[in-house]
Amino acid sequence: MKNLISMRDIGKEDILKLITLANKIEQKEIKVDMSGKLAALLFFEPSTRTHFSFETAVKKLGGNTFSMSGTSSTSVKKGETLADTLMTISMYADIIVIRHVLEGAARFTAETVAVPVINAGDGTNQHPTQAMLDLYSIQKTQGTLENLTIGMVGDLRLGRTVHSLAQALSDFNPKFYFASPRHLQMPAYIKDDLKEKNIEFTELEDIKEVIHELDIMYVTRIQKERFAVLEDYEKVKDSYIITKKLLEGVKKNFKVLHPLPRVNEITTEVDNTRYAYYFQQARNGVFMRQAIISELLNLKNI
Amino acid sequence: MKKQLKVDPIKNGTVIDHITAGKALQVAEILNIGKNEKEIMIGINLSSKKTGKKDILKIENRKLSEDEAGSIALISPAATLIIIEDYKVVRKTGIELPEEIKEHIICPNANCITNNEKTETRFYLAGKNPTEIRCAYCEKKYSIDEVKFKF
Repeated sequence: MKNLISMRDIGKEDILKLITLANKIEQKEIKVDMSGKLAALLFFEPSTRTHFSFETAVKKLGGNTFSMSGTSSTSVKKGETLADTLMTISMYADIIVIRHVLEGAARFTAETVAVPVINAGDGTNQHPTQAMLDLYSIQKTQGTLENLTIGMVGDLRLGRTVHSLAQALSDFNPKFYFASPRHLQMPAYIKDDLKEKNIEFTELEDIKEVIHELDIMYVTRIQKERFAVLEDYEKVKDSYIITKKLLEGVKKNFKVLHPLPRVNEITTEVDNTRYAYYFQQARNGVFMRQAIISELLNLKNI
Repeated sequence: MKKQLKVDPIKNGTVIDHITAGKALQVAEILNIGKNEKEIMIGINLSSKKTGKKDILKIENRKLSEDEAGSIALISPAATLIIIEDYKVVRKTGIELPEEIKEHIICPNANCITNNEKTETRFYLAGKNPTEIRCAYCEKKYSIDEVKFKF
C-alpha cells in the first residue's frame, strides 16, 4: 500500500492486515519506530477530533507533526494553487494527512506528491481511516467481521461514514438493516453496490422492530437542518434516539457504535451499559491510525 | 431494383453507422465537426433493419482517434465505424466501450476537485445498458446522459 485514499482501493486482505497490525500495536506485541519522521496534518477543513487522533497516533509512534487547520492563514488565501501548496509541503514531510472540503482532493494530492498520502475526509466522499477504525472496533467486539447482522441508524443519506462502512463490510457477508427517515435513506449508488455483491439489506423507519437481531448498531446524528419543515423533524426525532429502555433484551454481544460527536441521539444513561462502545471506538482510532501510518511508511519493528 | 442511398457516399473518410437514433448531433458535437470545413453528411432517424431506426454520420477525410471512438461508444454502444477509401469499404468495426476515459468528460459535480484545480479528469466504466461511468476523483457515478464531453 502506497496511499490510503478510498475504501474502494483496498480489499479484504488489506483490511485484515491492517486490523492485525493495529491489534499488535495495541497489545504492545510490536513497537514500530517513526522517530526522525514528520507527518504533515493538513486540515484545510478543520476537524478537531480527527486531527487530534492523527496527532496522537504519530506521537505514540515517536514521530513528529506539523499542522494546519483551515485555510485562512495559508498561502491558499494568497491564490496559490493547491498543487503548489502540496508540492512544497511534500518537500518537508515524510507523509501527508489531508482533510479537504472538495471531493477527490486526497486522490489529487496522492497524484501530485511523491510521499504517501492518507485521506482524512474529502467532502461527502470518503473517510477511510474512520471506516478502518469502525471495522477494527467491530472485529474487537465480535471476534470476527464475517456474517454479522448490522443495523445503521440515523441520517444514512449524507453520512459519509455509514457509506464507507457499508461498502467495506460487503466483503464479509453481512446482513444490514438501514433505519432512517424516508428522505434520509441510504443513497441508491450504495444500494446498487450492495445488490451487485448480493448483500442482504432491509430499509425501515424504526430500528426497534429488529434490534434483538443485531450484533452491531451504528448510530449517526440526524441534523435538524436536514428537514425542510420543523414539524417533520419533531415527528420522527424520537424514533432515532437510543435509550436504555430500547436496548432491553438485545443480544449479549450487542454493541452500539457512533462516529462522534454525539448530540442527543444516544442518551447518556446508555454510556454506563455494557453495550456502549463509542468511546473505546475513538480510542481504537489511534491504534488503527498508527497501523496505517506504519504500513504506508513501512516502519520497522524495534 | 438498385438500392438508393439516403445519404450520399463519401470518397475517403469515416462513416459512423448505427448510431442510436437521435444521438447523431451529440456525436457530431464530440467530434467538433461544426468547427472544421470537411464535408459532412448527417442522417437522422433513418430506417434500419437491425434497430428499426438509426442515425448515420459520414465525414470526408477524417480518421477518428481512439479517444473519439471511445466517447462515441459511450453515447451509442452499438455504433459501427466504417473506413472508406476511394468509395470502397476497407474496414468495418464495432467500437469497444473504453474501461477508462481521460480528459474528455467534465465531472458534473461542482464540488469535485477536477472542477476546482487544474487537472485532467478521469472516469471509469461503471455499468453497461445503460452506460454509467464513475469519476476517479469524487467517485460519484453518473449515467452517460448526465455528463458533458469536451474535445
